[in-house]
Amino acid sequence: MYQYDQFDHEFVRNRVSQFRAQVERRLDGSLTEDEFKPLRLMNGLYLQLHAYMLRVAIPYGTLNSRQMRQLAYLAEKWDKGYGHFTTRQNIQYNWPKLKDVPDMLDALADVEMHAIQTSGNCIRNVTADHFAGAAADEIEDPRPTAELLRQWSTDHPEFQFLPRKFKIAITGAPNDRAVTKAHDIGLRMVRNETGEPGYEVLVGGGLGRTPMIGKTVREFLPKADLLPYLEAILQVYNLNGRRDNKYKARIKILVHETGTEELTAMIEEAFETQKLWHQAPPAEMVEAIEKQFAPPQFDLRKVDEENLVSIIDADPLLRSFIETNVHEHREQTHAIVTISMKPVGGTPGDATAEQMRVMANLAEAYGYDELRISHEQNVILPHVRRDDLPEIFNVLRDAGLATANVGLLSDIIACPGMDYCALATARSIPVAQQLSSAFEDMKQQKNIGPLKIKISGCINACGHHHVGHIGILGLDKAGVESYQITLGGDGSELAAIGERAGPGFSYEEIVPAVGRIIDRYLEVRETTDETFIETYRRVGADLFKEALYSDERVAA
Amino acid sequence: MSVIVRNSGFEKDTWEMEGGLFIDLEKFAQDVVERSPENTCIDVPNDTNLNSLKGVLESASMIRIPFPSFADGRGFSLAKQLRQHGYKGRLRAVGHLIADQYGFAMSCGFDEIEIDFTLAGRQPEEQWLARIPREDLSYQHRWLGERKLRNI
Repeated sequence: MYQYDQFDHEFVRNRVSQFRAQVERRLDGSLTEDEFKPLRLMNGLYLQLHAYMLRVAIPYGTLNSRQMRQLAYLAEKWDKGYGHFTTRQNIQYNWPKLKDVPDMLDALADVEMHAIQTSGNCIRNVTADHFAGAAADEIEDPRPTAELLRQWSTDHPEFQFLPRKFKIAITGAPNDRAVTKAHDIGLRMVRNETGEPGYEVLVGGGLGRTPMIGKTVREFLPKADLLPYLEAILQVYNLNGRRDNKYKARIKILVHETGTEELTAMIEEAFETQKLWHQAPPAEMVEAIEKQFAPPQFDLRKVDEENLVSIIDADPLLRSFIETNVHEHREQTHAIVTISMKPVGGTPGDATAEQMRVMANLAEAYGYDELRISHEQNVILPHVRRDDLPEIFNVLRDAGLATANVGLLSDIIACPGMDYCALATARSIPVAQQLSSAFEDMKQQKNIGPLKIKISGCINACGHHHVGHIGILGLDKAGVESYQITLGGDGSELAAIGERAGPGFSYEEIVPAVGRIIDRYLEVRETTDETFIETYRRVGADLFKEALYSDERVAA
Repeated sequence: MSVIVRNSGFEKDTWEMEGGLFIDLEKFAQDVVERSPENTCIDVPNDTNLNSLKGVLESASMIRIPFPSFADGRGFSLAKQLRQHGYKGRLRAVGHLIADQYGFAMSCGFDEIEIDFTLAGRQPEEQWLARIPREDLSYQHRWLGERKLRNI
């Protein structure tokens, strides 16, 4: 794991004192509310519906037990005893007081964490594959690059006042778990024909009110050229992105209006200059970062398979948990455990301070002191020995953290919605809660199989509904909540934007409507192995639309 | 009247007193009168394409880039472009920038910022000087070994 050096420590402390002074200068009138706003945003502080909200970065989703315990401490000292893991590998505290925020930032700095650029019109927290360094299918660990980008983008003087926010995601595996095609810049680690490592660069993906899949502007960018190339993209965007309408200000609109070809040419032209002005990052500094992400010293003693099988056979709940929440590790003796933050009837992504401590303890005892936060709002133990799985399961179950639903219907992504967010037009969390309650029977969920339901409470699409196999978008129709369904979205390497199914459903009608989609899928799938999204791709939208709307008279 | 903010602190704007002129880029391009670069400052809007400035850069000893709003960051990129393409004269930002942006402006190649008295009163000198950029705390300096963009 990356550990701060002297420079990082000083930088973060200096930043906290800058922000402390900014809060004071807001109070003494030196800064107007308008001027203070972008400054607090670039330090992660939002003004929400009921209170301030502090969004803390968990760069590329990686943290250790000490950091997780500190997040628990913040939750207890300055919030109501819990935190909310988000779709961008951040954690949000929904009830801090403005005067306490500098102290919260100092407490974060104590454990090498910060809230820098988690909001505002700047380069946001860089996200990465949550299985990085552990997945069996990985070409290369993307986190050294993500850390390099974190440093490069932090307080970048040219790019703090962009037309709009800017999100970068990176994956080192062919199976895209980081939704790179739905980011302003997506980086996919690839090798060219001579085996040299580099990146495929995608630009202009995004969700929000105008969902778009990123376009490839470079098939292969050598590793050493990454920073000057990103300087070029950002400069072209900063100068040419629209500033007349905030809903048309993201780079995806610039790509769309300029055309991929012309924009690529503009980027390449800017890149020629940036290459002259910037040296490649010094190799020894890059290596120093890479070294910090070296895999832990895995305990590779043989697993007693016979014993493990007999334990699993004796405990159907454990078996069920392993089937859904455990993934293949690059070491055969190990496994990746996903801890679901989606209990039946719960708020997706919420964790209590106590639960955070349980997970921290597990990481320390069994997981080489590593944890990850996924964009799917779950927590991951990326490296555990397979023979420790039964004990880990027992601890999780006692803490109410053993929901065996990862990848299934109730593993729902939902934005905070109208319960917290000032922008929301409808509730999201209660819809997720009702869905998970309606499909409480885990046998039924397993029978339905892999399914991604994603819920957003407004067209800004923080719940990623466009890339949900079933997407739900909550709108406000003349003061009444109305939920629109999209079908066939996909956030993986096969990225697709879901298609709108038709007119929306009321708050009371939305859960039964999803039920009708599921019933139709179960009727028409060819085998029990054909997943929902596979069936959808085979039969198309019409059969599902018919299921949704043919009973309309009954519903009315 | 305006206040000029530099690393040395607040100063009076002496440009016009010393015979300097401010000329809009558009007017400058149309003008047939020969001017001496020493007392010419061209006002270059922040949406100007660099390619349209070829030939202008040698004709002025100062270029002024407006910030219509502190949230509009185009001026930062334009300043950097000018420096990277060889402009060696004085570079001034004018308009609504706040003290917290002083370091960003300097790091992008500006030499000074022109603000009005109201802003100077609300954000006194020490708030600007507190934001003089520090190389020892710049990740960009650390990673890109950025060449010095400022000349004065």
